[in-house]
Amino acid sequence: MGGFLLRRIAQGLLVVIGVTVIVFIATRMVGDPVKVMLPLSATDEQRAAFAQQIGLDRPIGTQFVDFVGDMARLDFGESLWQRRPALDVVLERLPNTLKLIGAGLGMAILLSLPLGAIAALRPGGWVDRTTVFVGLFGLSLPQFWFGLLMIVFFAVTLGWLPTSGMGGARYYILPAITLALPSLARLVMLVRSSMIDELNQQYVRTARAKGLHFKRVVMVHAMRNTLVPFVTLAGWELISALAGYTVVVETVFAWPGLGLTAMQAIQKSDLFLLQAIVFTVAVLIVVINVGLDVIYKFIDPRIRLA
Amino acid sequence: MNISAMSNNEPLLEIDRLKVEFDTRRGLVQGLRGVSLSIGRGETLGVVGESGSGKSVTAQAVMGLIDMPGRIASGDIRWKGRSLLGAEGERYARDIRGKEVAMVFQDPMTSLNPVLRIGTQIGEVLERHLGMTRKQARTRSEELLAAVGISAPGRRLDQHPHEFSGGMRQRVMIAMAIACEPQLLIADEPTTALDVTIQAQILELLAELQQSLGLSIVLITHDLGVVAGLCHRVAVMYAGQIIETGLAEDVFERPAHPYTQGLLRSTPRLDEVSDRLISIDGTPPNLVTPPDGCSFQQRCPLSGEACKKAPQLAHIRPDAEAACWQPSTPAWATPLMSPSISH
Repeated sequence: MGGFLLRRIAQGLLVVIGVTVIVFIATRMVGDPVKVMLPLSATDEQRAAFAQQIGLDRPIGTQFVDFVGDMARLDFGESLWQRRPALDVVLERLPNTLKLIGAGLGMAILLSLPLGAIAALRPGGWVDRTTVFVGLFGLSLPQFWFGLLMIVFFAVTLGWLPTSGMGGARYYILPAITLALPSLARLVMLVRSSMIDELNQQYVRTARAKGLHFKRVVMVHAMRNTLVPFVTLAGWELISALAGYTVVVETVFAWPGLGLTAMQAIQKSDLFLLQAIVFTVAVLIVVINVGLDVIYKFIDPRIRLA
Repeated sequence: MNISAMSNNEPLLEIDRLKVEFDTRRGLVQGLRGVSLSIGRGETLGVVGESGSGKSVTAQAVMGLIDMPGRIASGDIRWKGRSLLGAEGERYARDIRGKEVAMVFQDPMTSLNPVLRIGTQIGEVLERHLGMTRKQARTRSEELLAAVGISAPGRRLDQHPHEFSGGMRQRVMIAMAIACEPQLLIADEPTTALDVTIQAQILELLAELQQSLGLSIVLITHDLGVVAGLCHRVAVMYAGQIIETGLAEDVFERPAHPYTQGLLRSTPRLDEVSDRLISIDGTPPNLVTPPDGCSFQQRCPLSGEACKKAPQLAHIRPDAEAACWQPSTPAWATPLMSPSISH
């Protein structure tokens, strides 16, 4: 286990270095910060001075070496847009995103297990049909559109919930549901089909022949086996949320998280902030993957950690 | 039409004119067509027949494992005189299954839950039926593993099924089955999936347990040698019905039903040279539309006009029954061969 963790951390470092290189190149392709940050009336001298100030006048090789060196010291430079260290901005916004993911994905995970299992108990029954229908519905709806629809209905028409922004628990409801819906749909479908498979396995017949309570057969025997694919998909959902879905949801609901900040950083060609965001997300994804591998081993002893 | 129990006391398990149907796309398959059986205390009954004859369905019906699209259409299953069917019967059945009557399945590779520890899988039976604490169950599980011949049982309890060989897994299955000291063990082809050398060991273990625990055993198999070695009585099934039953040695010495004769005749032997394997011509009838009359008539050399009417199981000797209009008539010219005793 210890050796495994060390190896995975070393692999993770390689991934982070690779991501760093890509970020360096990509952020320089997004747009020229000099053009975006300065007014149209700025003179060529002013532009050159600004480029020099943020170090964009140096040869690309020098920029890269400095960039890697700074990164190793977790110095991402100053956000051009917010005029303060980029990492400070990231660390200020990250918790908001994690809270949103926690609420949304937590809801999806907690609901999908019982819903999928109940549907699987009677394949073709009304619970199953309803679940599949709602699942397909959830998969087919574009997330941004669903979010807007919810705002129009629950916030504007009914006035029950705030339209956007972050505050008390009420502010979480709409963005969390919007974030949860497609994940919930995918997870429910997986739990359902996996449970149907598992309930037809011979070991389930053994468990029933032992006279065990039905609840134990389903929730311990079959569910434990279903958790193996479930953790894979849930991990994928977590990574996708972190690296993509929150950008959409946070933008729709003006949620002050990392996704919205990434969107704004791109709009403002704030390449230092963007670098800090992408670096942080990459590190988180590496950590999540190592965590998933450990959970796998815990659920299914046949899995070998290598 | 019950087969009389060997012992004088009331039978443990009685199956009474049981009919099981499967509603498939091809039509209503009549899996069991009126099966009656009874097993007394300490008795070993072999149930033989080819695939699809209804051996396993009978066992599944007793253990409550007939799932959609199958259902018990009529008949009754009684444990110590009480029905296991119907709402009240099912409640009773849940308490005795795994405790008083237990089952060992054919494929030990898939019969254990791959992600649960062996100790958990044995212990849960003890916790469920005997109300043991986790700690007590663990101590008892260790004893059980030792009883079925698994060494270092304490360490083995914490292992998972993939760390056991096929034979060892079947021993675990047996340990699980005898955990609550049941009176009846149903073994559905317990050795079919195992190597020949392991087969003998498992059968020996079953024989030992029968002695030490006073178990009754229903042994379902298509291996006549296994029956000859282990069973007092044998019931031969064909097309969802029992067509012959009697003491094992009698049935092998002088089979009454032509199908039993054919079955014994087609058992290959090691001590005789023959150029080819003998089989019974034809295939078993389609159970969606079973024939009127005797279900074996299309394949039977003796079939005649009388066979258009279904024969019922009838006594041919005091302790033997056969469902045939011409019982004990040699159906094939070749001399009969009784199966070799397997160990």
